[in-house]
Amino acid sequence: MTDATAGKPPRGGQMLAADGTPLKVSLRRAMRAQKLRALLLISPLLLFVLLTFILPIGDMLLRSVENDIVPSTLPKTVVALQDWDPKTSELPGEPVFAGLHDDLVIAVEKKANTRLGQRLNYEYSGFSSLMRGVVRDLKSMDTSRPFMEQFIEADKKWGDPAVWRTLKTFSGEYTSGYLLNALDMQRTENGIQMKPEQERIYLKLFLRTMAMSLGITFICLLLGYPIAFLLASLPLRTSNLILILVLLPFWTSLLVRTAAWKVLLQQQGVINDILVWLGLVADNARLVMINNATGTTIAMTHILLPFMILPLFSVMKGIPPSYMRAAKSLGANDWTAFWRVYFPQSIPGVGAGAILCFILAIGYYITPELVGGTSGVFISNRIAYHISTSLNWGLAAALATLLLVVVLALYWTYDRIVGIDNVKLG
Amino acid sequence: MALPPYATTGQRVWFWTFRAICVAIIFFLIMPILVVIPLSFNAQNFFTFTPEMLRFEPGAYSLRHYQDFFTNPDWQAALWNSVRIAPVATLVAVVLGTLAAVGLSQSHVPFRGTIMAILISPMIVPLIISAAGMYFFYSRLGLQGSYWGVVLAHAVLGIPFVIITVTATLVGFDKSLVRAAANMGAGPVRTFFKVQMPLILPGVISGALFAFITSFDEVVVVLFVGSASQKTLPWQMFIGLREQISPTILAVATILVAISVALLTTLELLRRRSEKLRGMSPG
Amino acid sequence: MSLRYILGAAVLVGLPFGAAMAADDIEPCDGCANSMTVVSWGGAYQTSQQNAYSKPYAELTGTTFTWDESSNEAVAKLRAQFEAGNVTWDLVDVEGPDSQRLCDEGLAMPIDFDAVLAPGDDGSTPTADFGDGLINECFIPQIWFSTTFGYRTDVAEWNGAVPTSLCDVFDMEKFPGKRALEKRPKKNLEWALLCDGVTKEELYDVLSTPEGVDRALKKLDTIKDQTVWWSAGAEAPQLLADKEVVFGSTYNGRLFAVIEEQHQPVAMLWDYEVFDFDGWIVPADLPEDRKARVMNFLRFATDTQRLADQAKWISYGPARASSQPLVGKHADLGIEMAPHMPTNPDNMKNYLVNNIEWWADHQDEVEAKFQAWLTQ
Repeated sequence: MTDATAGKPPRGGQMLAADGTPLKVSLRRAMRAQKLRALLLISPLLLFVLLTFILPIGDMLLRSVENDIVPSTLPKTVVALQDWDPKTSELPGEPVFAGLHDDLVIAVEKKANTRLGQRLNYEYSGFSSLMRGVVRDLKSMDTSRPFMEQFIEADKKWGDPAVWRTLKTFSGEYTSGYLLNALDMQRTENGIQMKPEQERIYLKLFLRTMAMSLGITFICLLLGYPIAFLLASLPLRTSNLILILVLLPFWTSLLVRTAAWKVLLQQQGVINDILVWLGLVADNARLVMINNATGTTIAMTHILLPFMILPLFSVMKGIPPSYMRAAKSLGANDWTAFWRVYFPQSIPGVGAGAILCFILAIGYYITPELVGGTSGVFISNRIAYHISTSLNWGLAAALATLLLVVVLALYWTYDRIVGIDNVKLG
Repeated sequence: MALPPYATTGQRVWFWTFRAICVAIIFFLIMPILVVIPLSFNAQNFFTFTPEMLRFEPGAYSLRHYQDFFTNPDWQAALWNSVRIAPVATLVAVVLGTLAAVGLSQSHVPFRGTIMAILISPMIVPLIISAAGMYFFYSRLGLQGSYWGVVLAHAVLGIPFVIITVTATLVGFDKSLVRAAANMGAGPVRTFFKVQMPLILPGVISGALFAFITSFDEVVVVLFVGSASQKTLPWQMFIGLREQISPTILAVATILVAISVALLTTLELLRRRSEKLRGMSPG
Repeated sequence: MSLRYILGAAVLVGLPFGAAMAADDIEPCDGCANSMTVVSWGGAYQTSQQNAYSKPYAELTGTTFTWDESSNEAVAKLRAQFEAGNVTWDLVDVEGPDSQRLCDEGLAMPIDFDAVLAPGDDGSTPTADFGDGLINECFIPQIWFSTTFGYRTDVAEWNGAVPTSLCDVFDMEKFPGKRALEKRPKKNLEWALLCDGVTKEELYDVLSTPEGVDRALKKLDTIKDQTVWWSAGAEAPQLLADKEVVFGSTYNGRLFAVIEEQHQPVAMLWDYEVFDFDGWIVPADLPEDRKARVMNFLRFATDTQRLADQAKWISYGPARASSQPLVGKHADLGIEMAPHMPTNPDNMKNYLVNNIEWWADHQDEVEAKFQAWLTQ
């Protein structure tokens, strides 16, 4: 009889457990044991997720501010530059140039100069070629002459205070440069400013991602609501059958569905063929429905629709049909009964489905990549581009950080409205 | 929602319009999948219906794309990689996930909300972010481009599904059964395997199916974390879709749809069984 | 489709062919690793390398090969491998400009060409034989390839007009329809300027001015809304074959496959095609046994005969001068390959060579500008 509920009758105002210890203590002990057991069961997984998932993401967030390439490649220059006031239009003094020479000799030997140039080029266009040129420049330098004039002779860019300002601004271990870049901003002499109009792309992409995701979510709601309503109001046998039709696409590979849309939407695809055959569209004026925003919208709506229907359905299942009947018997017409009585009760489902769709939509990569062309791609595609093509990993991390912030905010809202525990699958 | 006999004309019209709209939406959901199936039997290398196919000439249909799938070394290597990766990732996710779900379902778990949020996060964080994070981090550990790197990444992506399905079955779990078992002298381990396990088994299996399909269908993370020797089926399909739509992809797609249908049926049967076991009405 | 076609054909023809070559002498390799991971571009190109280089080599030495189709992400992935201190690749096929970058960053190993590579069949030294192809100290060229335009020959709206010059791509009046261009500034900017009245000689001088890039983009603006942008090499041929576009820029080998193997109504425009090299680099700091294996393979795979052999499966010109006369017929189609080579004099009346130095210097800023322009 270890069960704590089997206490003896009170003696001296205190409940005692079977073994004679006070019930309170015994209970607390049991509770502690239970907590410990629970944590013991959870900890392997928690550790696993922390190590294989949370830590990598944290590591990536760090990359968005990491800048040690500058201080570690140009240690002497960075130190020497500390005394220079970037607000003046004067160049830094000879010690800085001498430091630069020493640093660059080592950098060229380690072949670190081009990487550094690439890094600084993100902030000041022209650094790449400047840093590639130093290999040639250093060879012709004479250590007995002042380095300042030799550097400026080799490349007149060294005589531009803006170059030095950039170096000084980005000489720290950490930088906000990538994050600013991800917001289409830059650091100038006059503080942080927006970039020139024609160079702004990320805010626009973020906005497009948001706008298209919102649009997709809205279409999903529009299409999903009637189906969920139908499912909830049909007898069980029929609704189960229809539910399987909804779940089938949900369970079908994402790539299969994207492939299907590619087949359907091409100019020489099934839909255009049918339209031409029906005579609705001329053969030489086939609709362009792929490699643009239309393609992304259609394919993603299809992919996300089940994520809208399922939460809606689970909420609608719980709305007693008698409410609608009561409203009607009190004189409401069909529409009023639906709009004033039924719809408000389905709002939690609408919220849950909409947030879920939206969260999933803004992070999409594969579908926009395959059917989006240039006008239908999302911020995710840009992140992938910076990782594998342009090699600007810091910027990729910064963009990912911003996207993550948005998603986590939505996740938090979702938890508030629906509760993570209430996520249902199938 | 049957139409009552006293319905007005307007109600009748609306009733049938509503049904028509619903049929159209379901058509939208199913059509892309249905289109793929006949096209995969195309005897030609086209992705549209040939006139011969529309006339149902037997010569217009063939199994050559299926034959290609089963004989082409690229596709076979991809299939083999998927088969090597997905079950192991599923196993890791299910074992750790079930234990944690049992732990989470106990009545007094400190920081339950936070822990739950962390464990579910792999499902919520956009895949490209997970992929980027793992790419950089696993590179540092030397796991990038290795079999275990992909397995670990896929396991962590499958975990939220296991947690969700298993906790869902535990919600309806009658705790007095555990007490009864303890009462009769069974230890916690024995109680788990003899009492809890059979009851939550449907949840565990459906969680495992979700975890399996997550790994089997995953392409973004494997593109970054994997290397050529871990090229999975979805990866091969992605290359095929980007580079050239070979009808073999449609054959693979059809096979995958058939697998989905089988899994879906299994899940539905499991759900019914679970509800019967827990004494709920089927629904 | 075409890939499988080539693959099937290559297996059939490749086997006896490889056996016939076994008589060749090959230097013994002591203390060499017996496996190699080679990175290439996939598709028909990789198949041609396997047929011409790795299959015969494997037969002679028993080396096992693992192929990784990651060449278009080679710089990113090599960087990641170096950061992790775990380089798993032994030999990487890259384009000239990427090799420049890898060499600059110390990720690729400098090669002593005359010591490592085999002399030409005609007795010339490797340095002389490869000539202009040796664009930096790390890069061992394999092929010349060119990027050019293919066009549909069955476009009704053109009323029988046939494109003859590069600038017809920019002529929306006479040649309406969609175009496919690469989602990169390189080549597109040059072509735009050439059709905006800039001569070939002053091309890079104009591009170096602040207004140069803008001028090129402005020219591209005239066709921007009619352009599908591709990033994988096989996309443009596919788009052409699917009738999704009427003009498409792509590699000449891919167009060869569309025209000669798939018999699509597509023709090739040999005007201001852009020449480029593709070749090998060896990752720096490989362990001795792996390095020894790679060097042994490289000597074999880049000799005069082997380079000429590759042209049996793909229409790219061998990078050695001494290989040119040995180019024969297509292994499967039986057609003479010489007329389809980018190095064929008839195809070289008007051509362009990318200024690799200029691109290495300006790649980053121009790329950023181009990407911004693309999203406007």
